[in-house]
Formats: sequence, structure tokens, C-alpha cells
Amino acid sequence: MIKVENISKHYGDVVALNGISFEVQKGQLYGLIGPDGSGKTSLFRILTSLLIPTEGRASLNGFDTVKDYKSIRKMVGYMPERFSLYMDLTVEENLKFFATVFGTTVQKNYHLIKDIYQMLEPFKHRRAGALSGGMKQKLALSCALIHKPEILLLDEPTTGVDPVSRKDFWEMLKKLQKAGLTTLVSTPFMDDAELCDEVALIQDGEILTINTPEVIAGKYPHKLWKIVSENNYRTLKILDSFSHKISAFSFGNSVHLATDHQVSKEEVENHLTHNNVKIITIEPIVANIEDVFMELMAHDKPKL
Amino acid sequence: MTEEKVIIAKDLTRTFGKFIAVDHISFDVNRGEIFGFLGANGAGKTTAIKMLTGILSSSSGQATVAGFDINKDRNRLKENIGYMSQKFSLYEDLTLKENIKFYGGIYGLNNAEIAKKTGEIVERLDLQEIENTLIAEIPLGWKQKIAFSVAIVHNPKIVFLDEPTSGVDPITRRQFWNLIYEAAENGITVFVTTHYMDEAEYCDRISMMVEGRIEALGSLQELLKKYESKSMDEVFIKLAR
Repeated sequence: MIKVENISKHYGDVVALNGISFEVQKGQLYGLIGPDGSGKTSLFRILTSLLIPTEGRASLNGFDTVKDYKSIRKMVGYMPERFSLYMDLTVEENLKFFATVFGTTVQKNYHLIKDIYQMLEPFKHRRAGALSGGMKQKLALSCALIHKPEILLLDEPTTGVDPVSRKDFWEMLKKLQKAGLTTLVSTPFMDDAELCDEVALIQDGEILTINTPEVIAGKYPHKLWKIVSENNYRTLKILDSFSHKISAFSFGNSVHLATDHQVSKEEVENHLTHNNVKIITIEPIVANIEDVFMELMAHDKPKL
Repeated sequence: MTEEKVIIAKDLTRTFGKFIAVDHISFDVNRGEIFGFLGANGAGKTTAIKMLTGILSSSSGQATVAGFDINKDRNRLKENIGYMSQKFSLYEDLTLKENIKFYGGIYGLNNAEIAKKTGEIVERLDLQEIENTLIAEIPLGWKQKIAFSVAIVHNPKIVFLDEPTSGVDPITRRQFWNLIYEAAENGITVFVTTHYMDEAEYCDRISMMVEGRIEALGSLQELLKKYESKSMDEVFIKLAR
């Protein structure tokens, strides 16, 4: 398991992490959800023993990330955010290289990567630099797995990856979980959260909340409406003058409007139709992780 | 609204050896339109964008962008387009104001125009406090909004945005799209790629590339109907699988 206790990391005056604590249980698929710049990568570098925290401590399966760094490095499979493979080695050579560095062979642990590597097999003589984004990601995961780690640390494995490859990737993680791996994965995609057992939402170096995705979504404090209209942009402008509005954000072709709980559907409808907004549908909905994240986010940004 | 075409592509093709990266794509983009350019990794989007921005020549077929031939008129084409991506946007060791001056200068704006634009951008994005801060010290979300404003500093006919919001927080992502809407209202055509399917739904029309070809093209409503789907996410998965 992973234990993070009151970790802070400062770079000069910049506070990248500010007193972060959480625990990942053995066998869990745990998500660290937050935008770029929220401190996720610093945390991964601390957990892999590559950075020393300014304050606090972290341990993996009881081994301290500072004192026991040698054990940590054997135990962990790490997929950093920036593509970490050797671009001028082939797919096969990369895999062999990582196996050799960890004193093992591709054959010995092939069963672990079989499902993933089979998709790469047709390209095994291609240089890693010439692979598409989705293929690079599969190779990087294979290389992180080839020494049979107990814990997988994946830093934004799906950034820059198309929706289909992203779904495939999460299916692979679910399979690895069944094989007993403990996984901590970070992502800026809010909808990825729903695929994790437990998530921590992180912003500006601080944790906003921790729980299962269902509980987090259930804690949304307002009444939420999904409004589909002919023009989102106009609907948002008209909602600015709706006195019961707490927030309104576009979600694809709809708008999510938060109000207090007393507001009725008729009140929302009347306000919009009186201002010549053509409503297609309007219905109360349950919040998703993105709704919650925006609610919890610090609102001290410059306005637009 | 005029029916002016800002991009006209006809059978545009690019091969690398035996590999056909872009395979006879044909489409038009109208002035002031927000055009979503989607596709799986490796489908040929980047190669297509490189041709449309005059960086890579085509193997066959033709295209004009902002009225200029992509193979013959590259320099004038580049003067009339804007470009930003997550990877390349601003110079980190220049300040906000210096970046605007630099890009303005490259695109031939005079000092008075640069000063005016700088004032407009700083006021629009509420950046008074950080106008003399190095870009390296500014958070990603702000940077991307600034990068977009700088990419259209010379009032291009069209701006190409290559995954502009990748990794940006959800509120800033929406603010970024407000900037896109404003630019489009001012007549700037927006050509955008994204892996966020909610953002694809904000586009006037969406095209979807699969293995080098444009497999689908239409408004959100048209695509949802044609592929019997509830969201763009579903359409994408049906087409890319």
C-alpha cells in the first residue's frame, strides 16, 4: 500500500505541494485527479524516490521513499508523464532494455504484458520514435510492468491520447488490478475519475476532497439542472440575470445550472423562455466529478 | 454572413514512402466557423495540419488556406494564419508584454498597433498584475489564454489550435472556449483539435479522421443522428473502432 503523510514540496518560493495526505490500499486503483500544475508530478517523483519532500514522509509497502530508496525502485513500475522510452530503439529493444536493467528477462514476465504487448507485436521492429501516441503509451506501460512491480505509478498516462485509446487503457488497468497490482494513476480528465475505486481531487498543491467517486458526486451541495437549448452561449448569458443561479457551465451541447434546492423547473423555464431562449430539454440531474471539481476549485482567478 | 471559404481542400494527400498518412481528404471551412478536427492518434491529423499551415508540401491534391495555395504561396499563407498548441506557444523567458511585442513584430505590426493590442489583451484577460512577469512563472491555464490572444494578435483569417486545452483545469477550459467564441464572432475562423469530446460539441461542424481519410463531417446534430448516438464520445468510438 501507499501512505502519504503530510507531504509538502517547495521549489524556492513556489509551493508545489502543501501538506498532502492520503492512503492507497493494497489492490486499489486510485486516481489523483487534477489539472496540470496542481502538483501531481512532484508527488509522483517523491513516491518514486526521485525527489525528497520538503516536509512529511511517504512509504510504499512500509518502505520509506527517502531511506529505503533502493527497495522502492525495485518495487515500483513508473510511467512518467513525458514519454520516457528510447526513441531510437525499436519496440522490442526498449522492452528488452528495461527487463535487463531490472535483472530479469522479457520471457520470465511475459504473461503480465501479454495482452498489451500483443497489440504492439506487429510493430516490434519499428523505432519507438515512429509510433503513434496510443502505441507509445502501450509500450511505456509494458516497460513499466516487465519487472513485475508490486505498485504501479502512472503519471498522466492518457494525456494527449484519443478517447478510444483512453478507454482501452483503462480496461488494461482494470485487468492489472485483477492480477493484484496496486495502482496510483493521475489524470486531468475528470471523467476518468469514475473508473477508479477511490479518488483524490487535487488543485494548486492541495487536496480538495478524497472519497469514492460516487460519494464525492453525492456530496454536491446544490440542485443541478441540465439544459439543452439552441445556443449554449446565449443561454449562459441569459442565466447571468437569473437570481437563483449559483453557477452555470457548459457541458458539451448542454448547460449545467446550479441553483438552491427550492427552485422549481417552472422558475428556470420561465426565466429562459421570457428571454427568448428556445429550450429543447430541461431536467434535474446528478452531479458528476467535473461539476464537483469546479464547485470546489478556488475561485480566485482573473475573470473573463 | 458571406459564404466565404477560408479553407478549400480537394483530394489532399500526403505519403511517406509507402505509407499514406493523409488519403484524399476534401472539405471546406467557412469564414467565422469553429471547425473541430477530430481523429484517433495516428489518424493523420498532424500531417494534415502541417500541410494546411504551409509546413509540409502535399504529395497530391490541392488546398488553399486564407486564399493562398499551400504549396506555392507558403509565405503569404503563414502571414495570414495563427497557430498555437500546448507544446509550442510562448517564449518562457520573455515577459507577457515582450511576447506580444515579439509576435506582433514578426507579423509586421507597428509600435502603435503593438501598444494598442497589448492594452487590449491585458485588459481583456485582466492581467495588469502580471504584464511584466516572465511567462515561465505564469500558471498553465493563464498561459494558454495568453497564447491564444497572441496567436491572433495580427488578426489572421484563420487560427489553428492543436489540442489547446490539454491538461487545463475545467473552469479555465471553459473560459478558453469563450475566447474562441469571441474570435469567431469577430470573423476569425477557428480550426481546432481536441481529445475532450465535450469541446468537440462546441464546434459548428466536426470532422472525424480515420486512417488518413475524413470518415464523417457535419454539425453535432447531424452526426448524432447519422450514427444514432447521444454524444460525440459515442460517435467517436463508433467511428474509430
